[in-house]
Amino acid sequence: MTNKEYESYYVPSHSHWPIMGAVALFMIAFGAGNYVTDLANEESGYGGYLLLAGIALIIYMLVGWFSDVINESLTGKYSHQMDNSFRQGMSWFIFSEVMFFVAFFGALLYLRVFSVPWLGGAGNNVETGAVLWPDFTAIWPLIKTPDGTTTTAMGWFGLPLINTVLLMTSSVTAHFAHSALLKNNRKGLKAWLGLTIILGVAFICFQVLEYAHGYSEEMRLFLDSGVYGNTFYLLTGFHGMHVTLGCIMLIIMWLRVLKGHFTPDNHFAFQAASWYWHFVDVVWVMLFVFVYIL
Amino acid sequence: MTTDVIAQDSHDEHHDDSHEHGKMTGIKRWLYTTNHKDIGTLYLWFAFIMFLTGGAMAMVIRAELFQPGLQLVEPDFFNQLTTVHGLIMVFGAIMPAFTGFANWMIPMMIGAPDMALPRMNNWSFWILPFAFAILLSSFFMESGAPNFGWTFYAPLSTTYSNGSTAFFVFAVHIMGISSIMGAINIVVTIMNLRAPGMTYMKMPLFVWTFFITAYLLIAVMPVLAGVVTMLLTDTYFGTSFFDAAGGGDPVMFQHIFWFFGHPEVYIMILPAFGIVSTTIPAFSRKRLFGYSSMVYATSSIALLSFIVWAHHMFTTGMPLFGELFFMYCTMLIAVPTGVKVFNWVATMWRGSLSFETPMLFSIAFVILFTIGGFSGLMLAMTPVDFQYHDTYFVVAHFHYVLVTGSLFSIYAGAYFWLPKWTGHMYNDTLSKWHFWCSLISVNLLFFPMHFLGLAGMPRRIPDYALQFADFNKWVSIGGFAFGLSQLIFLAVVIKCIRGGEKAPAKPWDGAIGLEWTVASPAPYHTFSTPPPQKDIDNADQHEH
Repeated sequence: MTNKEYESYYVPSHSHWPIMGAVALFMIAFGAGNYVTDLANEESGYGGYLLLAGIALIIYMLVGWFSDVINESLTGKYSHQMDNSFRQGMSWFIFSEVMFFVAFFGALLYLRVFSVPWLGGAGNNVETGAVLWPDFTAIWPLIKTPDGTTTTAMGWFGLPLINTVLLMTSSVTAHFAHSALLKNNRKGLKAWLGLTIILGVAFICFQVLEYAHGYSEEMRLFLDSGVYGNTFYLLTGFHGMHVTLGCIMLIIMWLRVLKGHFTPDNHFAFQAASWYWHFVDVVWVMLFVFVYIL
Repeated sequence: MTTDVIAQDSHDEHHDDSHEHGKMTGIKRWLYTTNHKDIGTLYLWFAFIMFLTGGAMAMVIRAELFQPGLQLVEPDFFNQLTTVHGLIMVFGAIMPAFTGFANWMIPMMIGAPDMALPRMNNWSFWILPFAFAILLSSFFMESGAPNFGWTFYAPLSTTYSNGSTAFFVFAVHIMGISSIMGAINIVVTIMNLRAPGMTYMKMPLFVWTFFITAYLLIAVMPVLAGVVTMLLTDTYFGTSFFDAAGGGDPVMFQHIFWFFGHPEVYIMILPAFGIVSTTIPAFSRKRLFGYSSMVYATSSIALLSFIVWAHHMFTTGMPLFGELFFMYCTMLIAVPTGVKVFNWVATMWRGSLSFETPMLFSIAFVILFTIGGFSGLMLAMTPVDFQYHDTYFVVAHFHYVLVTGSLFSIYAGAYFWLPKWTGHMYNDTLSKWHFWCSLISVNLLFFPMHFLGLAGMPRRIPDYALQFADFNKWVSIGGFAFGLSQLIFLAVVIKCIRGGEKAPAKPWDGAIGLEWTVASPAPYHTFSTPPPQKDIDNADQHEH
């Protein structure tokens, strides 16, 4: 029936990249395991080197793998259906990333709504609170933990607000870059994408400054400063790692644009990087609301 | 029709014959392969090797529990065995076995040339052996393997862990990466590579169940990654997510873990539903009863799985409202599950049944899985669960659903498709031995555990009070017998690969589905061009 319209689907006959990726992940996981264990035992070992070697190998692998894919795409091996596979694959990957953040936001919510008030004696925990932690008062941000560790909370004004503006603007510029690509306006594409990258890098720099401020003697907000510090650094930290990854993707896209890649109707990689960028932006908005403001 | 790109490419490179194009030789074939059948085979063998590894640990556990007192192993090593046995069986045996089925069968069932992302498919598989190498290597470390149970509850896994936790955490991380990539591949393949004319509601139910399972995986594996990360920072970097002194809560660990863990148990049973929904109609020589209701039931089970997690935590002192909410939601799952069991029975009703080995395993599945379901319903009742919690009743329950449920369905599927995979019929006599030995021993193994649990024997303890001695002796004998019976399966498979009666393209007269329209063994590449519409119409599982 529809056989006539059928485009063939490209199946590569074999590839040595995936097994290299598996070895790299093994080196990363085993190296990190050794590194963390040695750190805890205050010993020194080869874990860190193995970890770094694994990271180097996975970067080499990704570059090689993606070069293959780009070449296949440029030589016209891909059909419209293949483009769909990539798009759907990327969307579900982003969904899985969302679920990763859901775990941490869920923890934040549970800590704020249940755990901390319960420790302070809320619900049916009056006696638990009185017997275990008589001096503890439940407030959020938790600047004094039940065992007496004190810290200060990061305000939302200043750097975080600037960062919010930066990242939200970058989402808009990323969209303009995409529009320029669709209209085949290469100059606009280069400019808007370049601006997006600059905004992203600025965000990362400010985030580093903010961490330095947090770790200063004045604030004493550390990763181990009770659950406020825990959630603050893990949520913003994982977000920061994702922004960094997103920036790297955008830079690669920019370099590919300079090489003349992407056409108005064939630019999956650009689309994917841009989706990813919007995703990290949305996560930041959630962070700004739930970690900084509320 | 356009040219076949794959065929062209590999002809230029290798000059192979047309059925074997793209296939490399020796070890490279398996390391570099992008072929869904090769990767399916790798998954299945890996799962079986892991099954025997985890099984060997279970043998030691049962030997220790053969009589009261401490005989063979130290309590700490016993804990390591129960922990790693659970982790291996869940993440190393059952899940990869199902992924193996998905890889082998889904492209053939929907008329696709391969999985949608073939290279990523290879990556998903090859991560697994490395992940389990890391996990198992901790047995040989000074600290020993993880000993906190496969559920790794804090603070057992944080404050009181034995020093190999970091390896456990990173092994779980890369396992999770593997699962997520595998699941994305399944989803994209099904959404995007169905042959023209194969609408969603014409897909074999097998494909539907894997579709829904893959969604569950994408949704919850990242949550597992999140919780092990918190575990890592709590253990090594001074955070207090699960420590009240810093404002955290060990019970929060259980919430996050079971938010992953409950969908996870359906990840291990929904594909089983798919397999028996394929085999039962075939050997009843009827179409599946209530195909659409099966699809809706599977989806409802998947959705409900997200709002029942705290039924694993009834004894943690949750507020009463929570206890009631999770109790009723859990009981609700019995409705769609009941629909499924009803449909399988109704499919057999007035069918012309024959009892080949896949059918025997399928019928055993329906009956014994239902027993596991009923004990699950008992555990769902909050007040009753206060007594059953952490006893052998729980162990009996989840082994009924996982062994006589998931594992039996895997055997049903394996016998059903072995002729398609190998091109030979399996040895019928040996396979019947495998079935009957397994059936009898598995019930001897797990049924008395119900009574042990009701009488109060706690799980995960290497010693027990004298009054439990008799039942434990029989349970251990059942365990050894069940373990040995699985070696028969190994023998059947090896014999089947090496030779045996030549299998026709469709060895089961009642079977329907596109996989039976290709030769046995299935050619290296199938459906490089989509199957004809009439084949798709014939593969429709709806009753007519």
